[in-house]
Order: sequence, then C-alpha cells, then structure tokens
Amino acid sequence: MSQAAVESPIAGIAPTPIPLREIAPWAVFAGVVLLALLYLVGMDQGATSVFSGEMLHEFVHDGRHLLGFPCH
Amino acid sequence: MVRSLLVRGMIAGLVAGLVAFVFARVFGEPALEGGIAYEDMVSAASGETGGPALVSRGVQSSIGLAVGYLIYGVAVGGILALVHATAQGRLGRLGVRGTAVVVALVGFTSAVLVPFLKYPANPPASSLDDTIGERTGLFVVMIVISVAGAVAATALCRRLADRLGWWNAVLSAAGGYVVLVGLAAFLLPAISETPRDFPAAVLYDFRLASLGGHVVLWTALTLVFATLADRATRPSALAGAVPTRAS
Repeated sequence: MSQAAVESPIAGIAPTPIPLREIAPWAVFAGVVLLALLYLVGMDQGATSVFSGEMLHEFVHDGRHLLGFPCH
Repeated sequence: MVRSLLVRGMIAGLVAGLVAFVFARVFGEPALEGGIAYEDMVSAASGETGGPALVSRGVQSSIGLAVGYLIYGVAVGGILALVHATAQGRLGRLGVRGTAVVVALVGFTSAVLVPFLKYPANPPASSLDDTIGERTGLFVVMIVISVAGAVAATALCRRLADRLGWWNAVLSAAGGYVVLVGLAAFLLPAISETPRDFPAAVLYDFRLASLGGHVVLWTALTLVFATLADRATRPSALAGAVPTRAS
C-alpha cells in the first residue's frame, strides 16, 4: 500500500536524499571551479581583471554579449 | 552519487551549449553585427580609426562564440547538477526527472529570466565604456538577490507544505519571491544608456535572440540532464529493465 502511495505515475519513485555531508565537499570545490569558469567567460577583463590584456575579452566577445553579461 | 550527477550535469551542459551556440550563431549574430555596424558608423563619422583587431570578427563570431557557449553550458550544467543533488528526495514525492525539471525551472527563472528583465542583454555599442564597473556590479547584485530569494522561497515552501499542502505552499512561496524581486528591481537604479539613434530593430532582435539562446540552452540542459540523472540514480530500475529487454 505504501509502495502505491510513493510510486505515483506523475512523480515516479521518490529518490532517497543524498546526505548533505556527502554533497558539501563537491559543492565547495566544484562550485568554486564552475563559478570561476562563469566569471572567466562572462566578466574577466571587463570591470575586473584576473588576466591582464584584452585577449580573453575579445575572444569570447560575442558570447559575452549574447549571454547577457555587461560588456562595452 | 554526487560525482556521477556532476559529470552528467556537465555533459548535459556541453550538449546544451552546443545547441544554444547554433541558435546564437543563426539568430544572434545578425543582430550583433547590426550593433557593430552602428559602432563603425559612429566612429567613421567622428573620424576615429580603430586599431587593428586583436581577434578577427570571423573568429569572434564562430570559434569564440562556440567556446563561450560551451564553457557557459558546462558551468551551468555542473551547478544545476550540484543543486539537483541537494534537492533530490527533498522536494516532496518528486522523482528524479521531476526534481531536475523543477530545479532547472527555478534556476532559469531566478538566475537568468528575472535579472534579464531588470538588466537585459545589450548589443555592442549600445552601452557606455566607462560604466562597465557599475553595470557589472548591479547585474551581479540583481542575480544574487534573485537566486537567494529563490532558495529562501524553496525552503519556505517545504516548511509550509506540511501545514498548507503543496499547492498553497508553492503559491505562497512564489508570491513571496515575486514581491521580493519586484521590490529589488524597483529600488535598484535603472541603466538607460542606449544612444538615441541606435537602431531599435537591432536592440529588439538582439535581446530576443539573447533570451532565446538562454531558453534553448536551459531547455536542452534540462531534458538531457533529467534523462541522464534518472539513469544514474536508478541502478535497480535499470538492472530490472535489462533482462526484460534481453528475454
């Protein structure tokens, strides 16, 4: 009976939650790397610069504009 | 499990970035070129001659655009996977695919759509060079408020659900979120720098293509990730399916 209550046709089978302690290290390390990627594509060599010059900005210029990041 | 979801999220992001790149190349580049044509017209009228380009237009509009969308897709896919890993099993009775769809919908709305409504994408030559710091800062502030509001609303929704039921809980939390971001958008300063003679059609087409690219990217990301995550998290279901197919 309880099986039928959990397994509804729309919601499917409710998965078991992953313990937060297991997620935390991934969230911190991968999260930082992924946000750094977003920063490099979207913002570096604009308002702030980690890498000097204009090369990165110029290379991803079109993507930066179309992805909606503030640009020149 | 987290690692497996993260890898799948990034793979889904790569696929989504590729699909969105094609969309951006076809529908975004013409509008972007319109902005550059205006830029050239203005600098020609004032007698300025720009120095040699660091990166040619051909590279910017092809490889550069592709790399931009691919990296963005992978990053967003990875973040989506991490949020999904936290949300799965914690959103009522939602299954894996349902959770992925809800997380992506909330993510797209809060991280892309709402900030876009306040600070939309701008084609080249429609913003002032000197205000890049202010514009970047405000854009980030709007995203942070919106995403934090969405996280808080989701947490509130889970608390209310026991007392009010899911329907009323979702409506209350969503209502609270809308009021919060509405207030933020009202209080944050507006940016209106578009030159008076900037072609309106270029601005309109560009913003539509920009938002369209995001919709394409997030839709592809959601569909691919939900499919992959479902397979990753149900080894028993997969194992049960194999003998059926084999027999």
